Amino acid sequence: MPNRLLNVRQELTTRVRVVLTVLAFLLPLGVWSLVSYVPVIWGPMIKVTESGDVSWLKPGQLMDRHEFAAQVDKTIAEGKAPPAGKRANPIFLPAPHEVGRALYTAFTTKPVLKGDKWLHESIWTSIRTIFWGFVISSAVGVPLGILCGAFFSISRLTEPFVDFVRYMPAPAFGALMVAVFGIHLEPKVAIIVIGTFFQQVLVVANTVRKVDGGLLEAAQTLGARRRQLVLRVLLPASLPDLYNDLRILLGWAWTYLVVAEVVGVSSGITFFINQQAKYRNFDNVYAAILIIGFIGLTTDMALGFIGRRLFPWKDNRPSRLRNFIVRLFAARDICAFADKPLVVKA
Amino acid sequence: MNTTDHLPDYREQSPEVAARFAKIKERPVVLEIDHLGRQFAGEHGSVTALRDINLKIHRRELVCVIGPSGCGKSTLIRIVAGLDQATSGRLLVDGKEVSGPGPDRGMVFQGYTLFPWLTVTQNIMFGLEMQGRAKTSARSEAEQWADLVGLGRFKDNYPAQLSGGMKQRTAIARALAANPRVLLMDEPFGALDAQTRCQMQSHLLEIWRNVDVTILFITHDLDEAVFLADRILVLKANPGEVQEIIEVPVPRPRRIDQIHSPEFLATRRRLDELIHPKSEHPPEPLPIIRLTQAGDDVE
Repeated sequence: MPNRLLNVRQELTTRVRVVLTVLAFLLPLGVWSLVSYVPVIWGPMIKVTESGDVSWLKPGQLMDRHEFAAQVDKTIAEGKAPPAGKRANPIFLPAPHEVGRALYTAFTTKPVLKGDKWLHESIWTSIRTIFWGFVISSAVGVPLGILCGAFFSISRLTEPFVDFVRYMPAPAFGALMVAVFGIHLEPKVAIIVIGTFFQQVLVVANTVRKVDGGLLEAAQTLGARRRQLVLRVLLPASLPDLYNDLRILLGWAWTYLVVAEVVGVSSGITFFINQQAKYRNFDNVYAAILIIGFIGLTTDMALGFIGRRLFPWKDNRPSRLRNFIVRLFAARDICAFADKPLVVKA
Repeated sequence: MNTTDHLPDYREQSPEVAARFAKIKERPVVLEIDHLGRQFAGEHGSVTALRDINLKIHRRELVCVIGPSGCGKSTLIRIVAGLDQATSGRLLVDGKEVSGPGPDRGMVFQGYTLFPWLTVTQNIMFGLEMQGRAKTSARSEAEQWADLVGLGRFKDNYPAQLSGGMKQRTAIARALAANPRVLLMDEPFGALDAQTRCQMQSHLLEIWRNVDVTILFITHDLDEAVFLADRILVLKANPGEVQEIIEVPVPRPRRIDQIHSPEFLATRRRLDELIHPKSEHPPEPLPIIRLTQAGDDVE
């Protein structure tokens, strides 16, 4: 079996693929569970269950294991009742079930301070930031990238500068954007745009440049002119790859979210995470991070699903049924071909 | 070799064939290649790829260009298509000088170059739409073309779902639908297997007989050239120059069994002599002993 799994570039059966995908999530979860529920593995802390005669210890308190042991020895030496406790992990590593519970309770946790947001409000703010940042960036970046890919002159005029700006870290523009756009949603959107746009132009231009030149030549011999070469050949030929580029760039936009949200008035899911970390609700912190992961994964999967339907001609693995039908008729067509009467064109 | 010695001279034509050539020469010249030359800038000065090519192709004539690899036959057809620039000479279509690609010179490429995002019908429609035809009329004409090349059943398939021969038939229909004066074919069947290639050759002749189009066909396959062509332009390499223009004495309509006829064999032998000239020096023995010894067992 392992031999078959490790054949170079060999397609897997559907069943094996599904099993491996599930394992991809179960394995990390398993490691996490092991560390959480079997304290012997790590457990550098002691959770106090009984304080004994030590006045400053309270049940539920976490304490370093070695310090706790020293304290127990000391109390016994003094002839008092020693405190009791069990091995535990540090507070920043909550157990899976705690995080699982927090996935629900985080939504029901009341904001502590006035001005704090509920989790769902934070998430909605984040999604809006990403959405507008990405839409604005794409509205300019994609057409510009296509022009760069189509015309060497525009590429020479644009790309050196874009390449230069690309290396400036987007967060460095934070203070500037606040000065220009104020402190609310706008500067955050601007950071996402800055982070995405310049990469986008280069990536899109490269994808368009990869279109087979033979298609352009064929179109030219069919009478296509400049405008048609761009709109009727380059654009549709690169569309599936552009779509995938945008999917990847959307992922990058999410990574810029974290820096964007601390600009000006902190907001969104990053702010929620920071607040919860301050209150040491690390289960909520994990829950929020997981939620970002879920949102990212589901949007990406949804976009992938839509993409396969948008570009049926790009399907590398056509269904077996379709393959069968095509082959069936291909063979018949060759047989039927010889006596096929030709229609004279008027 | 002895068996072919009784072959007639390839220049001898039966009265019917001679009459046919006389008729062709009365037709107007559609494509004229006039003192065409092409030089490439190389590392050590310029390299001449083509020198002083002259050819007049009459209406509805089928001319094959053949030559050893590197003789510039692909460069020649690309220049005619307008995809490459000549450094000297002129190119005339219907007596008018042309430069740059245009729908009057349709092209079929070896690599198919079908638009993968369009179905068979939509691919064929492309040229018609470029000429500003309305979608509905373009579609109905494209469907007729699909029927003509025997792809009626595959109208709505994407190129990725077609076999090589079917792809090339779509490409031919796409080029012809744009109503070109000249159809340029750059080794169109080179990537196909032998059986499909043979079918495609007969099929091409059938289409050509039914459509008013003049064909310039590049190939490196001697049999293909003799089977298809009225005339064969033989190029030689370094620099690419015309060696000879052969009028093929094989009568039309061509059938596959003609490849054993004396005219066919005579023409083919002449092409062989031109393209693979007998070397005066016998091939040198291979420098690796092991390789030369390996031959003992098989012969």
